[in-house]
Amino acid sequence: MTLANTKERLVLVGNGMAGIRTVEELLQRDPDRYEITVFGAEPHVNYNRIMLSPVLAGEKTFDQIVLNDRSWYDRNGIALLTGEKVEKIDREARTVTSIGGRTVGYDRLLLATGSDPFIIPVPGRDLPGVVTFRDMFDVEAMLRKAADGGRHAVVIGGGLLGLEAANGLAVNGMKVTVIHLMGTIMERQLDEAAGFLLQRELEDRGIDVITNADTKAILGEGHVTGVLLKDGREIPADLVVMAVGIRPSTGLAKAAGLAVERGVVVDDHMVTSDPAILAVGECVQHRGATYGLVAPLWEMARVCADQLAGRPESAYAGSVTSTKLKVTGIDVFSAGDFSGGKDCEDIVFRDAARGVYKRIVLKEDRIAGAVLYGDTRDGAWYFQMLREAENVAPLRETLIFGQGFGGQGFGGGGAANPKAAVAALSDSAEICGCNGVCKGAITRAIADKGLTSLDDVRTHTKASASCGSCTGLVEQLLELSLGDGYQAAAAAKPLCKCTHHPHDDVRRLIVAGELKSIPAVMQALEWKTPNGCHSCRPALNYYLLAAWPGEYKDDYQSRFVNERVHANIQKDGTYSVVPRMWGGLTSAKELRAIADVVDKFAIPTVKVTGGQRIDLFGVKKEDLPAVWKDLNEAGMVSGHAYAKGLRTVKTCVGSEWCRFGTQDSTGMGVKLERMTWGTWTPHKVKLAVSGCPRNCAEATIKDFGVVAVDSGWELYVAGNGGMKVRECDFLAKVETEEQVLEYCGAFLQLYREEARYLDRTAPWVERVGLDYVKKRVVEDDEGRRALFARFRFSQVFSQTDPWDERASRGVDSHEFAPLAMVG
Amino acid sequence: MKEDITWIEVGRVADIPPAGARVVKTPRGDIAVFRTADDDVFAVRDRCPHAGGPLSQGIVHGARVTCPLHNWVIDLASGEATGPDEGCAGTFPVQVENGLIRLGLRLPPGPALGVPGAAS
Ligand SMILES: Cc1cc2nc3c(=O)[nH]c(=O)nc-3n(C[C@H](O)[C@H](O)[C@H](O)COP(=O)(O)OP(=O)(O)OC[C@H]3O[C@@H](n4cnc5c(N)ncnc54)[C@H](O)[C@@H]3O)c2cc1C
Ligand code: SF4
Ligand code: FES
Repeated sequence: MTLANTKERLVLVGNGMAGIRTVEELLQRDPDRYEITVFGAEPHVNYNRIMLSPVLAGEKTFDQIVLNDRSWYDRNGIALLTGEKVEKIDREARTVTSIGGRTVGYDRLLLATGSDPFIIPVPGRDLPGVVTFRDMFDVEAMLRKAADGGRHAVVIGGGLLGLEAANGLAVNGMKVTVIHLMGTIMERQLDEAAGFLLQRELEDRGIDVITNADTKAILGEGHVTGVLLKDGREIPADLVVMAVGIRPSTGLAKAAGLAVERGVVVDDHMVTSDPAILAVGECVQHRGATYGLVAPLWEMARVCADQLAGRPESAYAGSVTSTKLKVTGIDVFSAGDFSGGKDCEDIVFRDAARGVYKRIVLKEDRIAGAVLYGDTRDGAWYFQMLREAENVAPLRETLIFGQGFGGQGFGGGGAANPKAAVAALSDSAEICGCNGVCKGAITRAIADKGLTSLDDVRTHTKASASCGSCTGLVEQLLELSLGDGYQAAAAAKPLCKCTHHPHDDVRRLIVAGELKSIPAVMQALEWKTPNGCHSCRPALNYYLLAAWPGEYKDDYQSRFVNERVHANIQKDGTYSVVPRMWGGLTSAKELRAIADVVDKFAIPTVKVTGGQRIDLFGVKKEDLPAVWKDLNEAGMVSGHAYAKGLRTVKTCVGSEWCRFGTQDSTGMGVKLERMTWGTWTPHKVKLAVSGCPRNCAEATIKDFGVVAVDSGWELYVAGNGGMKVRECDFLAKVETEEQVLEYCGAFLQLYREEARYLDRTAPWVERVGLDYVKKRVVEDDEGRRALFARFRFSQVFSQTDPWDERASRGVDSHEFAPLAMVG
Repeated sequence: MKEDITWIEVGRVADIPPAGARVVKTPRGDIAVFRTADDDVFAVRDRCPHAGGPLSQGIVHGARVTCPLHNWVIDLASGEATGPDEGCAGTFPVQVENGLIRLGLRLPPGPALGVPGAAS
């Protein structure tokens, strides 16, 4: 036909999302300019690749995700060659040649070859049963495996794609394990808190997630049978899906001599290093960036179409991207940069009852990033403000509640007022989710019963009496009802600025809500920061440890350095080491070992402490394990001189040697120390035993002091020789050593269970009153025995020598070795 | 003469516990390499601007660390003390690729630099 000769020839390589979108845009601008030929390596018409996940999950069929069927190509006079992979570009002759040998000439060539899935180079990667997740073939292979009885699937990679694959396979009845290299899944899109929620949700759906897991090999002979991790774990698998990332598909462009770095290099007009050749989509690299999501491709397609239509003034300037996870029932949204950093502020919102977590990162009054979990309705709104770099200062107070908050909300008359929003709630609006109390019930109770405080409301309506997350709302209702008459009660101070809950509430709610990890507490109690701070994390770690002995896994990174490395940090960054000397006793062998260690490690200072122990000062951190090893070999264990736990039991010589002694105070001290060592407490704990009222062991300024008298033992509590010296209170007099142990254990357990973190026994007893302590420990025999039993139970798990674990069993060895030496 | 930045591989992200730090020793002093709970990696001189405390030993929260000696809070991205305190520990450029960490160091030219277990 002669007509054809008047048209320029456009050849598109890649029948995928970006290429065809460009053609669609071009047809709108100038439908008659080109004679278009499309090569597609896949046998299909153009389909919506992102919908492969719903196809895998059985929520859609292939037909439902087709974007343009054959009639569309025909209608627009486009020659579609499917199943024809282009193998060669001849830039001089301006032709492309496909694998089937077909050669087509072009005036303009458009490359839209997308990406190739990255396959980690481990042994076994080529075994049958190992697939990627990129195209319809992969989906079919997975569905086939699930249908013909494959039971176990392992998905390598806990990113967006991997999780969608995992969900799809689980929906198809497979037992799925996701293994992920990093500590939290989707770490590039989600922060730790949201990652935690997502992981929990997936686990609730029966998908196992193993983080910090590095793949060593894929196992199997004729077919994959399992995956071996570097730590030696082996996970059975009938199917392995590699979803660890993608790489721009650049082979064709590279062979043709185009400029290629990570992707095919294009300028702001999507033109490659050859002016006749353009490129769009995942295969390109623009201003150093490559993209793996659809939204940027749409922007590129518009610019590219302009260029092809002869409107070269439009330019692409790069994209900011956002992500959603397409797993039914899980709403996750993330955009921009949420890693925080200098000048950044976090606004965090958690609604435990609804499973909602939102975090917005602000930088200079503009949104820098956002992570939403559980309620993603406002994602688009935040994303729009982020892209437009809108100043959000006027919205700041209500920003986190979203666009709908306070009626008109944004744009209009400035910030919405949270109180107005509460006032606007209808009487039937539920305020306290735990107890099902609505607004009307609370305001009526306030009016009818003359309630004036939060506590009143709690007692009369139960609102805010359980999880406490509605406390703020209840206070606002009090304020609205009573006006200036309401003064927010001198409420207990929050634990730290990351939460509005005071210590006592946190402790209570950990037990009531069966919260068993720090992220769980932070979510349930609606922490305001993503992962707490140096004040709350150690406190939470302690509360969890005390509440769930044997069950809670200690969070190492939430401990102060002294407890992390089991030695005291000193002002020059060196450490001091105190071996335990039971009841203050030692021996020639122990002293010799100490002397040898001092020589061998050139320890500069040796000092006897106030608690009758020997302190070795100036030990270098990297020497610690070796020092402990030598001390361990002489039978000595850690003295926990660094711990918020039992430190020492000081003794006098007592009846063994002293002419006044009425009882064996040293022996009693040793027994007490053997019973109590290793316990974790809210603050350090010191004990002492004196053999007679002369009290040479200074037992009456200790947390728990014992003084022998003729007829038995006097017990004293809550003394303190610290900054504010406090003499003990007399607790009780008992007759036998067994009773001393029982009272001591019970008292310590009460302290462990009820005091606030970093309270020593003195302020705690002053707060709760000595009478209360007596009531629990002295008057209530059964209660005392129960406390003691709980103390002994938790000791089962805590009496391990941390030095031994580290010196001879390599626990936490990374802590003591440098990461690298340079230079 | 302008010293060039040399990128030196110091280990893997996985070698550092999340919300933790490890130390890289150099002839010009220790560098603390932090991994946040979000798996971001930062390198900061291991000396608190207050009294020289080893920042690598502090508690890491968000992109900040609290010095173990007197609780100054240092921003990891900038090395600056936050809140009312003033001072800067100094930072080093970091690249992370495929889980590998590289530090950008200004080192005197000379023979190859030995990094245990890593090629440079
Ligand atoms: C399962 C899955 C879920 C996804 N979910 C989302 C999501 O939720 N949100 C989002 O934004 N993005 C998502 N993506 C990413 C999105 O699909 C891609 O960003 C987008 O498809 C890239 O478009 P493209 O045109 O560059 O590449 P593609 O759509 O991959 O198209 C490239 C095409 O080129 C063909 N080709 C390659 N080389 C040749 C050759 N030499 N000759 C002929 N043809 C060739 C390929 O066969 C392919 O059909 C998802 C991807 C997958 C695989
Ligand atoms: S307290 Fe009594 S028994 Fe103990 S050393 Fe002093 S005088 Fe002797
Ligand atoms: S040395 Fe860091 S706070 Fe004092």
